[in-house]
Amino acid sequence: MNEARILSEQETAEILAAADHYPDKSAASVEALKIVQKYRGWVSDDALKSVAGLLKMSPDELDGVATFYNLIFRKPVGENVILCCDSVSCWMLGADRIRERLSERLGIGLGETTADGRYTLLPIVCLGACDRAPVLMVGEELYEDVDESKIDELLKRYGEAWTNR
Amino acid sequence: MDKPLTQNIKPDLSAVTLDDYRRTGGYEGWAKALKDMAPMDVIEAVKDAGLRGRGGAGFPTGVKWSLVPQGESAGQKYVVVNADEMEPGTFKDRLLMEADPHQLIEGVAIAAYAVQADTAYIFLRGEYHLSARRLEQALAEARSAGYLGKNILGSGFDLEIHLHTSAGRYICGEETALLNSLEGKRAIPRAKPPYPQTSGLWGRPTVVNNVETLCNVPHIIRNGVDWYRGLGRGEDAGTKLFGVSGRVKKPGLWELPMGTPVRVLIEECAGGMRDGYTLRGFLPGGGSTDFLLPEHLDLPMDFGAMMKAGSRLGTGTMVVLDDRTCPVRMVLNLERFFAQESCGWCTPCRDGLPWVVELLEGLVAGRGRPEDLDLLEQLARLMGPGNTFCALAPGAAAPLQSALKYFRPDFERYLKPASSARVA
Repeated sequence: MNEARILSEQETAEILAAADHYPDKSAASVEALKIVQKYRGWVSDDALKSVAGLLKMSPDELDGVATFYNLIFRKPVGENVILCCDSVSCWMLGADRIRERLSERLGIGLGETTADGRYTLLPIVCLGACDRAPVLMVGEELYEDVDESKIDELLKRYGEAWTNR
Repeated sequence: MDKPLTQNIKPDLSAVTLDDYRRTGGYEGWAKALKDMAPMDVIEAVKDAGLRGRGGAGFPTGVKWSLVPQGESAGQKYVVVNADEMEPGTFKDRLLMEADPHQLIEGVAIAAYAVQADTAYIFLRGEYHLSARRLEQALAEARSAGYLGKNILGSGFDLEIHLHTSAGRYICGEETALLNSLEGKRAIPRAKPPYPQTSGLWGRPTVVNNVETLCNVPHIIRNGVDWYRGLGRGEDAGTKLFGVSGRVKKPGLWELPMGTPVRVLIEECAGGMRDGYTLRGFLPGGGSTDFLLPEHLDLPMDFGAMMKAGSRLGTGTMVVLDDRTCPVRMVLNLERFFAQESCGWCTPCRDGLPWVVELLEGLVAGRGRPEDLDLLEQLARLMGPGNTFCALAPGAAAPLQSALKYFRPDFERYLKPASSARVA
């Protein structure tokens, strides 16, 4: 078995711990893909095959799962994934302008990654903060009541965090 | 006025700790159920209390539980929490999980005891990272305090609750699609019957309940059926989290009695429309409910009244349409969402929704034909209840059909030459 060589010990341990919650290992498929993504940013073909082996699934079966869910990335993404809510309340309160401003600042459209690999811009459905629309999510952080000036602030913060790494 | 669901929630929305939770009677309902009540007593109490599902469908919770087979021969059973909140315009379960996670855990525990399940899963949407952290923390606290695990409080009852975080798809909110997703498959709905209560997770009897629904349960057990029934203002029992978003002065979320009039929510709680805007309509319970009009403002927010008016209470979180937002473009936004989130399993949904989007896009771009409006009406009917595997497409049809009914001139305006430049 070569999966052990591709997945780190940490990844393997976390995946097996998640699988332990279910009578059937394959129930941990989404969580396993998210664990891989936590460490690698995205799920490569090799990583997918290794996870499939670990969960006793066929790679095709697991890829069917991976490609179904919006938040599993089968292509590389940037250091910071920016999710722009485009659902009804955010749309009504200016989500299009926010997204255009981000596109302009980053020089990329939705589904694209900046050349320096710092940002990926993606649309997302309702983030459950409609009373604070429009909203964005960067990584695991929710940003509410976003306006154009907040975008500059936000990019500055992530830009600095990135250069200080 | 009693506000059981939010009574512990702190102004800064930090998580209520186990000690805080216990200070106001937390886990007393759990202890009472285990010590003084048989599982059937718990089911009867929830039934008598009149609790109905808060996830959108409004099915009586106690009745749902009573359909689960009981007795030795029933074997392995599960309780699953539907925490996949993703209905556009809905932001209520997130607050309950982030700010008072123990309340949900206690509700899950009592539900599990009622149906005699020793394993429960909280199926949480992937974007709710803060909810996930706080639930994990609270689960750990509950385990070490002996509220979960083996032989809980000396009762002989065992229960483990696992948190399952998903990866984003609206269809996972449909309970049978959720079960497939929880089994690690693509989230495709299952044929019903059999219903999950008899054949659910891995074919075992399973109860699936919404977060807010379960949060009501500890209060019913601790304070009694009569107290709970007395909380509602009209036909329905209990309180509910109601929300308003859109161009109102103070968008937000409030716990109020079931049956609170729409007007109270929009004009008092949300402070009315922003200056310069007037109310044209509202979706009472999220993106998959039919539009209602200002003439419906005095209706109570309860299951029956909303149904009678041609809509649904849904999630109870409303989206307001103002006079400067084009209803056609608002419907287009909603239909794009539903078209994207369709799982593709059945034809009316997979093919109908993109067709609706195409027709609406053509309309707003000035390429609409008069017959397109009839076609949209026809598609809304074809995607209606009874023609699809699950409720996604009928939900998508709701704002479309009601907008065609109430805002027809707005659709027709796009058919006239030179009007295509009309701005939303």
